[in-house]
Amino acid sequence: MRRIGIDVGGTHTDAVLIDGGTVSRAVKAPTSEDVTEGILEALSRLRAEPAGQGDVDGVMIGTTHFVNAVVQRRQLTPVGALRIGEPISGTLPPFCDWPADVAEIAAGGIWSVEGGFEYDGRLIMPLDEDGIRRAAREMRDQGLRSVAICAIFSPIDPSHEQRAREILAEEIPDAAITLSSDLGRIGLLERENAALLNAALSELARDTVSAFELAIRDSGITAPLYITQNDGTVAEAAAAMRFPVYSFASGATNSMRGAAYLSGLDDAIVIDVGGTTTDVGQLKQGFPRESNSVVQIGGVRTLFRMPDLLSFGLGGGSHVSLDPLQVGPVSVGYRLLQEGIVFGGRQLTTTDIAVAASLIELGDPSQVAAIGPDTRQRVLGVCQRMLEEAVDRVKTEAGDVPLIAVGGGAFLVPDRLDGVSRVIRVEHGDCANAVGAAIAQVSGEVDQIFRDVTRRAAIAAATALAAEQAVAAGADASTLKTIETEDMPLSYLPGNSLRVRVRMVGDVTGSPPGRRLADLMHPSTRRVPDRGR
Amino acid sequence: MTDYRDLTGDAIESLAVGAWILGTGGGGSPYLGLLNMRRLYAEGKRIKLMSPEALDDDDAVAVVSNQGAPLVGQERLTDSRNIARAVELMEEITGKRFRAIMSLEIGGGNAIQPLMAAAHLGRPVVDADCMGRAYPEAQMTSFAVGDLQPYPLTSVDPRGVESVVYKVPSWKWMERVSRKICTEYGSVASTCKAPRTGAEIKRWGILHSTTKAIRIGAAVRAAQRQNADPIAAILQVELGKVLYQGKVADVERRTTEGFLRGRTRVDGLDAWRDSHMEINFQNEWIVAWVDAAPVAMSPDLICVLDSVSGEAIGTETIRYGQRVTVLALPPPPVFLSPKGLEHVGPQAFGYDIPYTSVFQA
Repeated sequence: MRRIGIDVGGTHTDAVLIDGGTVSRAVKAPTSEDVTEGILEALSRLRAEPAGQGDVDGVMIGTTHFVNAVVQRRQLTPVGALRIGEPISGTLPPFCDWPADVAEIAAGGIWSVEGGFEYDGRLIMPLDEDGIRRAAREMRDQGLRSVAICAIFSPIDPSHEQRAREILAEEIPDAAITLSSDLGRIGLLERENAALLNAALSELARDTVSAFELAIRDSGITAPLYITQNDGTVAEAAAAMRFPVYSFASGATNSMRGAAYLSGLDDAIVIDVGGTTTDVGQLKQGFPRESNSVVQIGGVRTLFRMPDLLSFGLGGGSHVSLDPLQVGPVSVGYRLLQEGIVFGGRQLTTTDIAVAASLIELGDPSQVAAIGPDTRQRVLGVCQRMLEEAVDRVKTEAGDVPLIAVGGGAFLVPDRLDGVSRVIRVEHGDCANAVGAAIAQVSGEVDQIFRDVTRRAAIAAATALAAEQAVAAGADASTLKTIETEDMPLSYLPGNSLRVRVRMVGDVTGSPPGRRLADLMHPSTRRVPDRGR
Repeated sequence: MTDYRDLTGDAIESLAVGAWILGTGGGGSPYLGLLNMRRLYAEGKRIKLMSPEALDDDDAVAVVSNQGAPLVGQERLTDSRNIARAVELMEEITGKRFRAIMSLEIGGGNAIQPLMAAAHLGRPVVDADCMGRAYPEAQMTSFAVGDLQPYPLTSVDPRGVESVVYKVPSWKWMERVSRKICTEYGSVASTCKAPRTGAEIKRWGILHSTTKAIRIGAAVRAAQRQNADPIAAILQVELGKVLYQGKVADVERRTTEGFLRGRTRVDGLDAWRDSHMEINFQNEWIVAWVDAAPVAMSPDLICVLDSVSGEAIGTETIRYGQRVTVLALPPPPVFLSPKGLEHVGPQAFGYDIPYTSVFQA
């Protein structure tokens, strides 16, 4: 297996080539305004040496481009929101809990029609197909080309959303349509918000992924392009283009996955110390533990598959003040090379302290020779306590655990920390995120309510569905394994109702066969096998 | 004491935080109700909170709640007009106009239900409920302890399905029959319980519980804004006691007879290191044990809070690794009588242990 992993970060675009299980080359280039330039530059540096040349099986790109668009409220497309569930929940329409500034840009109009399901698969109301057609024509007349559809309990039965998409596609053939059931979880507002955000990013995603593909081709690479996802897996470019929301947290995930790969450890705490912030997360079976709770993206509440990370303001560029003693959260960020004292600047930073303490060699050490051992110890002691507190909050078991330190500021992590059995540093740790991109896998996930079947049967059925989805998304069936199983009995529901969530992953198949895109996008597998009707 | 006061939008935000804490793990998140109230206030609607002492003895008061599974609520959301319709239907049946509306349970989402009805119907909300927290069943109220009449009940679905439970011989029968209707609707229903008179509320209601929830929520929100300790802030306004602090080590859930039952284990931190607490739940936190000895039980309120934010954590959402503070708050005195304990003491939940209070010296 030969793969290129690329991480498009805020300041750097990193690229690595992984060949036969080792990192054979790693390079960094500045990130460009339009992102493609940075990718082209990184690829040209990667391929400048013989070790970086030759055919590859795939290029995996991780990017924070889409989440930044939401946070910065730019390049968003107005969305037509179609809610299927009248006459239920009419006082809480789409966009009802969005911050006004994003809603103003993204809310292209709201349409609401009868339809939707009960938790047990009964109809709330028959689907109002005429109403959907009228809505579609109004959207077309208003010039809307981006639509999000959300029906009540669509994760249990997506058929109303799917029928609505057919009707919309008849009326607006070039529409980019997002179904909430493709984005998963129970929780209507959060799922609908995810669909709305996804639809609002549809044009940007199309343009960006096309630009990525062009950059890859311009570099003379013919291998398929994959985009990395929040959960440490990849989607083929065409699929990723349809679901930009799935790449929101991929940077942090890639860094944790890269740390696992470089260290050979599947269960550990990972600390990624950057220039401004430190992310701490926990690896379980080689994947980041995910957050179960609501995640806000630019102020919009969603439920995504996101790594459960603790972030705080400590990095290589953090300001240090001595009286009173304080480290961070303010940072010089990418201006470290101008403002840090060892670089001739005037702002005391954690990097200066680390140079004074001989933890790293950087800049001009004579500039910090006056910083005495006492001061160094006090500052590094503060960093150590911040790290220990974070590790303790992230840990889910009582005993000591191994910790992998990655990122450009990893030198701030001492060799001994409370609650940590050993601190592991890895070669190429500063490119862990690009490594994580290169080794990403494909996943399938199911989150469904089962009724009147045994717990074992419900989990088995969910596992089979998750496997089908993973294979449909491009996984090699022989490498599939379950990495998460969670079940939850549902209170007040009659009978024996169980909500089951299963996630499976596998390696990407060598090269994707000529599947129809539609099969990838809309797995028709999300049915409740036994609804007890 | 003033008879009426305006409920500000900010007070409703605090009510949502405080009600979730008084939910003692259940009652459903008040978030959807809060969203509805934000929208109603943005439309210009305003609500008055009425002191229960201002009720005349023969005033009629509507007691409302949303019945059903919190998970279904996450999909079907909450339509603020539906609870108002349940109140109207009760007026149509009894031919009597309600002077005001009150909550069945101040814990969780049902704290907000009367506000939504009040906003649509232009009536005040009575500063009272009949649980002082959240409880899973209809007979677990101060009105049931007082043997007040359990019927009639109206139950409404937004599709125009409207039911009346005209007569039942007991609160337990009301629980069984109304639950069946709710299940048929899709496991969620807006209900107006048996109407109460002003005299009944003054005698049997749990008074000023809305104000209490607002006070607790306001304390937590102020502490959050100032990066202060929210647990300490609660203890400044309530006579509570910190039972335990630690990290969630295990959660085990199962559904039996339509309830979410199970237990969670918390491993101690700081002063509690080297011990662990186990908390049993039936929708709500019922009994807490430290190293196998019971340390708190219903009707004392057992509140599991996020140690950093001070916000409540529910039995459906608590998970591995969370840092929690377990806080006990005193129960309404009505539940401490032998009859009260029969309804909501440890035996009512199947625990063969005598009730001992956290708050007895």
